[in-house]
Amino acid sequence: MSGPQTKISSLSYPVERVTLRNGLRVVLAPDKAAPVVGVGVYYDVGFRSEPEGRTGFAHLFEHLMFQGSENVGKARHPQYVQGAGGTFNGSTHPDYTNYFELLPAGALELALFLEADRMRAPRITQENLENQIAVVQEEIRVNVLNRPYGGFPWITLAPVAFHSFPNAHNGYGDFSELEAATLDDAAAFFTTYYAPGNAVLSLAGDLDPDETLRMVERYFGHIPARDVPRRPSFAEPVPADERRGHQHDPLAPTPALAVGYRVPDPLSDLTAYLPVVALSEVLSNGDASRLQRRLVQRDRSVTSVSTYLGTFGDPFDQRDPLLFNLEVYHPAETRPADVLAAIDQELARVADGGLERGELARVQARLVATILREADGVLERTLAFAVFEQQRGRAELVNELPAHILDVTEDAVRAAATALLAQGRSVLEVTPGPATAGEPA
Amino acid sequence: MTGSAVTGSTVTLPVVRPPGPVQLPAVLDQTLDNGVRVLAVRRPGVPVVEMRLRIPALCGQSGEQLGPDAAGRTLLAETILTGTAERDRQRIATDLQSIGGSLAASVDADRLALTGSTLSDGLPALLRLVAEVLVSASYPDDEVDGERDRVEQEITIARSQPAVLAREALLGRLHPAHPYGTELPPPGAVTAVTAARMRDMHAGRVSPDRALLTLVGDLDPQEALGLAGDVLASWAGAAGAAGGQVPDVPAYPGGPLVLVNRPGAVQTNIRLGGPALPRSDERYPALQLANIVYGGYFSSRLVNNIREDKGYTYSPRSAIDHAFATSRFTVAADVATEVTAPALLEMCYELGRMGLLQVSAEELGAARQYAVGTMALMSATSAGLASVLSVLVGSGLPVDYLREHPAALARVRAEDVLAVGSQVLAPAKLAPVLLGDADRVRAGLEVLGPVEVAAESPATGGRQA
Repeated sequence: MSGPQTKISSLSYPVERVTLRNGLRVVLAPDKAAPVVGVGVYYDVGFRSEPEGRTGFAHLFEHLMFQGSENVGKARHPQYVQGAGGTFNGSTHPDYTNYFELLPAGALELALFLEADRMRAPRITQENLENQIAVVQEEIRVNVLNRPYGGFPWITLAPVAFHSFPNAHNGYGDFSELEAATLDDAAAFFTTYYAPGNAVLSLAGDLDPDETLRMVERYFGHIPARDVPRRPSFAEPVPADERRGHQHDPLAPTPALAVGYRVPDPLSDLTAYLPVVALSEVLSNGDASRLQRRLVQRDRSVTSVSTYLGTFGDPFDQRDPLLFNLEVYHPAETRPADVLAAIDQELARVADGGLERGELARVQARLVATILREADGVLERTLAFAVFEQQRGRAELVNELPAHILDVTEDAVRAAATALLAQGRSVLEVTPGPATAGEPA
Repeated sequence: MTGSAVTGSTVTLPVVRPPGPVQLPAVLDQTLDNGVRVLAVRRPGVPVVEMRLRIPALCGQSGEQLGPDAAGRTLLAETILTGTAERDRQRIATDLQSIGGSLAASVDADRLALTGSTLSDGLPALLRLVAEVLVSASYPDDEVDGERDRVEQEITIARSQPAVLAREALLGRLHPAHPYGTELPPPGAVTAVTAARMRDMHAGRVSPDRALLTLVGDLDPQEALGLAGDVLASWAGAAGAAGGQVPDVPAYPGGPLVLVNRPGAVQTNIRLGGPALPRSDERYPALQLANIVYGGYFSSRLVNNIREDKGYTYSPRSAIDHAFATSRFTVAADVATEVTAPALLEMCYELGRMGLLQVSAEELGAARQYAVGTMALMSATSAGLASVLSVLVGSGLPVDYLREHPAALARVRAEDVLAVGSQVLAPAKLAPVLLGDADRVRAGLEVLGPVEVAAESPATGGRQA
C-alpha cells in the first residue's frame, strides 16, 4: 500500500488510568497546550436500555441530572460551571449518556465536586420532574414535530431497519410515556444504571495527574459501590431481504430518502469496520466523492447526498448493531428507484472495479486530518478518551486511530462495498404532504 | 430520590483558582502590496494549519436590485470552487484531499469567506490553490447550470424550516429594503443567474483590497507570510475593483407586534430584535454582560424563568450579532402554542427588569467570569483562534482586543449594565415578530398589545400584510 504524499503524524497524548474501589474507571490525559481542562462522565446506559412503556426515559433522566443533588441546588450546577468561566452539557445516545464540562484549568476541582455530588445523590423532586417533562416535550416539538424532516432519519429509519424494541424504538420518546414517568422510575433507573462501576470519568488538558487523582479520590472515592448491570446483547440478524418504509411529511417541501445498511461490529472487528468508514468517505465526502459526482454533478437528480455511520454520525461511539446511513433530498421529478439503482451501481463499481489510482491515499489523508483536527479540542479529546475507555478499555485508541486508518487496504474497501450490496438494505421514503387514503401512514 | 451517604455534613464548594493572564500566542501581522492583510500564528500541537480568508463587501453598490444581488453572491459562493484556469472541479477536490485539506466558501451581505484547513505540510499547496481560485476562478457554464437548480432547491428546503422563516421575518422587519433584511435569496432569483454574471461579479468584487488572510497552527509565521506574499502577489483584482460599501442602515422601525400566520404550528417561534452597540463602543463590555445576564447563557434570567421554572420552552436565548454596518440585539424562544402570550410576557418582563433595575453583584460576577472564560476556551484550538481572530480583526478591531478585553470586562459596574440595559434591552426598543398559528395565539397576544397578522408566504419569503 502506498501512503499519501503528505507526511502524516500521529498523536501521542499520554494516558493514565485508575479504577477506584467503588468501580469507577478514571482516565487522565494531561496536556498543557492550553490552560483549559475537559471533564467527561460517561454512564454506560443509553436509550437502547430504557424499559418498554418508558420510551424517552434515558434522555429525560439526563435532564433530571441537572436538577440538583444533595449539596447543589436546582439551577446551581450551570451557575457554578458558567460562573467559573466554563461550559457544560449532557447528551443521550443509543449506548451511553454523558455529562461534560470544558473549563479554565483552575476550575477542575469544582467540576469534580459537581459531578461526584450528582453521581452520589441526585435530588429529583416531583416539581422538577414535571418541569423537565415539559422542557423535553418542547425539545421534541422544536426538533421533530414543528419542522419538516423532523427526526428523519434517526427516529424514522430505526423501526424499518430493526425489529427489537431496544433498537427500533424512538429514543426521544412518546409524549404519553414521558408524562407517565414517576419519581420511582427515576430512582430505579439511577440505582441500576448510574452505579459508579457503570461509569467512566475522563479528564484531559492542563492538569497535574497526581494532584488530580487525589481530588478524584476525595470527591468520588466515598460513593458506595453498587452492582453493575450486565449489558444485554442487542444483536439482531442482518436482514437478507430489503425492508421498506414510507413516511408522509406534511411540512416537507421535497421528497427525501434514507437507506440503512448493517456494518461489522466496531468493537470486536475494528479491522473490518474501518474500511466502511473509508468507504463512506469515498462515497460522499466532498466534490471528488463517488456519489457527489454521480448524483449531484452528473445525473443532477438529487439536491444533496450524505453518508455516515452511527445514529448521530459519530462512527466511533456506538456498539453493534448500527447502520451505515445514506441520506438523500431530491426533487419530486426524481424517482427514488433511480436513485437506489445509481447507488447500487456506484457500490458495485467500488466492489468490482476497486478504487482509482491515489483515491485510497487521498481519502486516508482526509480521514486522518479530520481526526487530528478534532483532537486539537480538549473537550473533543476528553469525550473520545471516555468513550474508547468505556466501550473498549482502550482510551489510547485516540492516539492509534490515524495509524489504523492508514492500514486500511483497497481490497478491504472493496469487501466493505460487497458486503453492503449482499444484504437486505432498509429503505425509508419521505413524501411531502399528508397521508392519503389507502397508503400506509 | 436522596442519597444515603454523607448526611448532615456541611459541604463547602471548592475554590476556583483564578486564571492567569490571557495566553495569546504572538500574532505576525503584515499587509501585502496588493492590500491583503495577513495574520500568522504558530500554535504547535496537532500537525494541522487552519486558514480563514475574508473578502469584504460582497453586497451590491447602490442601484442594484437586492434580490438578484443576493442570488448572485449566493451562487458565487456555491460555484467559486468548481473550476480555475488550471484545474477542473474534480482536480480541485482531489488535490485538496491529497493534503488532508478542506476548503469551503460562504457568503453574506458583508463578506465572502473561504474557510480551509490542511495537514501542515500541505500549506503551500492549499495557498497556491486559494490564490488560483482568487485569480482565475472560471465559473464553467456547465457547473453553474447544474448548481443553479440545486441551490434553488436547497433554498426551498431552508425556507420550509420555521427557524429560518422566523429569522427572515425578523430581519425583514428590522431592515426593510436593505441587504441585511434577508439571509436568503428570494425564491426563484437564483435560477436567473448566469455564468457570465458570476464571472463579472468575481472580477468586480472579489478584490484584495481590505481582504484578511488568517493562518493558525503548526507553521512558521515568517515562512507562512512569505509564502502568502508569493502566491497572492498575482491577485490584483480588476481595474477599478474595490470592495463595495454596505449601504447605511436606516433607523430601526418600530410598530406593533407582527404575527406571521403558520396554521397548524404546534409551537410559536418568538423573536425580538433591535439595535445594539458595536464592539468598538466603550459601553460594549457592559452590553455584553447585560446580554449574558438576560439570556446569553444557560444560567440567565430568561432560561431560569421560562425553561427551568415554567417549562415553556427548550432553548430560549439572546444574542448580539455584529455586521459591518450595524449591530443587533435579538431574543429567540420557540414555545408551545398554548403558552405563547404568557411566554412573551415573561420575556418582556425580564427585558424590562434589565432596563429598570440593577443586576446583583453575584449575577454580574458570574457573567463576567463566563465572558472571560469562554473567550479563552474559544481561543484554545487552532480552528477557534483562527475564527476569532478573523472575525475580530475583520471587523476592524486590533489584534490586542483579545488580550485587553478581559480588563475592559473587569471594569464594568452594575450601573453600567443598567444604563446600557435601559438603552438596548428595553422592551420599548425591540420589535417583536412571531411565527405561529394565528387562530390559536392571536387573542392571547392582543391582551398584551396591538397585533398585526401577516400571512406566511414561502413563495416570496417575505410577509404580506
